[in-house]
Amino acid sequence: MKACVIVFPASNCDRDMKVALEAATGSSVDMVWHRETDLTGYDLVAVPGGFSYGDYLRCGAMAARSPIMAEVIKHANRGGHVLGVCNGFQILCESGLLPGVLMRNANLKFICKDIELTVERNDTAFTSGYDVGQTITFPAAHHDGNYFANSETLKRVEGQGQVAFRYVNNPNGSADDIAGVYNENGNVLGLMPHPERSVEMLLGGLDGKPMFDSLVKSSAA
Amino acid sequence: MKAKVHVTLKNGVLDPQGKAIEHTLHSLGFEGLNQARQGKFIELDLAETDPKKAHAQVDEMCKKLLANTVIENYTIDIEG
Repeated sequence: MKACVIVFPASNCDRDMKVALEAATGSSVDMVWHRETDLTGYDLVAVPGGFSYGDYLRCGAMAARSPIMAEVIKHANRGGHVLGVCNGFQILCESGLLPGVLMRNANLKFICKDIELTVERNDTAFTSGYDVGQTITFPAAHHDGNYFANSETLKRVEGQGQVAFRYVNNPNGSADDIAGVYNENGNVLGLMPHPERSVEMLLGGLDGKPMFDSLVKSSAA
Repeated sequence: MKAKVHVTLKNGVLDPQGKAIEHTLHSLGFEGLNQARQGKFIELDLAETDPKKAHAQVDEMCKKLLANTVIENYTIDIEG
């Protein structure tokens, strides 16, 4: 699997993502600056966490309009895989690749702790290494993770099986306890908690590893 | 000409920051406050001199960047 990580001004989980992907793929992972305009040849494009553009205007709003995002959208439309984590999830929602929006946490607090999630599906490229209903733990670190969509959109997201992960104990007010969503085709995933921070025991857990291994397996198939 | 854009959360969208403002105003002793909602105000200085064209341009800016219409409404005031 050939993977790359997009880098925006004030991305700060980009290197963690690179380390996690290199461990899973066994090959080097490119860092792609947001001004670049070519993503041909990649199987997976990762949009990392951070505080792109200082969260100005709305989280992810500026980054979603940067030159590389037009290419990320093309990559997704070609059927390529896109993984957005935390700020990456916010950027994917702002770009229109994923439905809904991430708002300020309902209790206004920055959440920085390990969070339990349940896996909703395991028939996607991202989650074949998990069991449906399995409880996994990823670290969460966000101020704006409160997933919101209007009732019509939410109904569609639920009806089409686009919910990827749900919080066991909703920490931020997200609609339907949603922690992560897929696009309609299931090749784009965005989630708030950090799988890339859960790939070594030294970091406190291994629950993120199956996600990266699933992606490698899927691109080899 | 100048454009003034107000971006506000749609009705029914939870506004925790507005709620916090409301609570603090209550705790400061202000009575009769039913609700506080927080929004954004953006002032734009435009080269355009035709008010209609200016409005159309700012409307496009709102749709493409300034507002997220999933959760926000916006109003545009053009001033000569």
